[in-house]
Amino acid sequence: MADLRDLYQEVILEHSKVPRNYRGMAEADHKAEGFNPLCGDRFTVYLHMDGGRIHDISFQGSGCAISKASASMMTQTLKGKTRDEADELFRRFHDLVTGQGNPPETEMGKLAVFSGVSEFPARVKCATLAWHTLQAALEGQQDAVSTE
Amino acid sequence: MTAFADLSVSPAGSRVSEPRPYDVERIRADFPILHQQVHGHPLVYLDNAATAQKPRQVIEAITRFYERDNANIHRGVHALSQRATEEYEHARKTAQEFLGAEDCREIIFVRSTTEAINLVAQTYGRQNLKPGDEVLITAMEHHSDIVPWQMICEEKQAKLRVAPINEAGELCLDEYERLLTGRTKLVAVAHLSNALGTINPIQQMIAMAHAKKIPVMVDGAQAAPRLPVNVRELNCDFYAFSGHKIYGPTGIGVLYGKLALLEAMPPYQGGGDMISSVAFERTVYNKVPHKFEAGTPDISGPIGLEAALDYVSRLGIENIERHETQLLEYATHRISRLPGIKLIGTAKNKAGVLSFVMEGVHPHDIGTILDQEGIAIRTGHHCAQPVMERYGIPATARASFGLYNTKEEIDVLASGIKKVQEVFG
Repeated sequence: MADLRDLYQEVILEHSKVPRNYRGMAEADHKAEGFNPLCGDRFTVYLHMDGGRIHDISFQGSGCAISKASASMMTQTLKGKTRDEADELFRRFHDLVTGQGNPPETEMGKLAVFSGVSEFPARVKCATLAWHTLQAALEGQQDAVSTE
Repeated sequence: MTAFADLSVSPAGSRVSEPRPYDVERIRADFPILHQQVHGHPLVYLDNAATAQKPRQVIEAITRFYERDNANIHRGVHALSQRATEEYEHARKTAQEFLGAEDCREIIFVRSTTEAINLVAQTYGRQNLKPGDEVLITAMEHHSDIVPWQMICEEKQAKLRVAPINEAGELCLDEYERLLTGRTKLVAVAHLSNALGTINPIQQMIAMAHAKKIPVMVDGAQAAPRLPVNVRELNCDFYAFSGHKIYGPTGIGVLYGKLALLEAMPPYQGGGDMISSVAFERTVYNKVPHKFEAGTPDISGPIGLEAALDYVSRLGIENIERHETQLLEYATHRISRLPGIKLIGTAKNKAGVLSFVMEGVHPHDIGTILDQEGIAIRTGHHCAQPVMERYGIPATARASFGLYNTKEEIDVLASGIKKVQEVFG
């Protein structure tokens, strides 16, 4: 039986209550809105790029503890990363939360706390919403991305 | 349990035996799915507004049809086809009696309430709406009672008007009456709100609309399983409900329409069964209700639905209503007193649905934690995003009750909510 504590780890609860980089960004050169029509979660991700590197990243919106903590920790992790590094991290993060492959914890850093999500398939979309939105922002999509 | 119901099976018209208590344990024994463990706990199913579970009587009726009588209807001369046709048409008769309709031709089988609303929008709406006309709905409608009207209004350059609700989730009747004008061509309203549990005063609303010669369509998806409905007393022009919410199968629903209206309406879809004769030059359409039932329909659906309507009628819809009202009152009392809980939808006249939010915890997280305790509730916007917008919230947690739920299950729900508060500290 899946354990709730695997899903709602202290770090996740803490980030959901006090999300980091939770703000708008006037100087953003990329932004996108992500939406999960099933539960109504909705986030906007803002980016300020410096060449191919993420100079600043922030988010705003509303969602469950998992989606909010994931967005918060994503922004922390990606500051200063290149676009390729961000893509690679998303690929590994996706594998982690869907229980595919087993990315070594050392590679995932703090994001490894989301490994418990793989026991709760209904929550995978919550964990990946901010990341999908990030990709849309990087690709310059105009329409809101949806998890459906 | 204090409610009383007559559970004896007696042929129509015969004397009923002495009432006996509403025996919820005996009722639960009819629902095989309820007797299972989920995540190591007994299942507590409180998502009845999304879909209700099926009694063995319904499952067996469908099995019996496929094992004994399956054939296409309205076309074969052979025995099986005749049996299948008789059963299908008998189900129409049962649905007619269930709704108190005058004539069984007023009963159209559709896939769902959603399809029923689309049917009326695309036939009655298309025929009668002109640029500048208006369709009036309420602020508590389900998406399925918004979008079909938006679509036809856009096509016909008509306007969709929305009667507001107050903080308790009750319709502002004065505003509603003010919005009924010479431009209004149709009113569409939910009998019972799926997101708030509000029972609308539809009889009064219908009378107000009729005073201005405006027809009314009622979305009865949530009301039909929980409240007595009589379309003749209500004098509504259209009434729709879904089989799966009234303990019947998915994929089948009923549209009631007044005969004169149905006869004047153009067909919905073209195909077999909805025609009398076809030539390349000209097709003559079949009479109602067949005019609206193109193609081979869901045949086992009405048969399963009939078994469900029989089941509900045997328990007595008034007894079910009383039972669920007691559950709702008990749940309201238990849940609203828990710290950090706010009820969404506090209308005086409510049924079946308890929507709530918890301070600092998103409904989705509530749903996951309750699921780990074996409790099934719905979390999200309940296909009523404008309602969520009205209250400035993204979503709610919703417990909704059925004829087989118990007070003990509400105690389990209350314990589950305490557990949510523990996890989120």
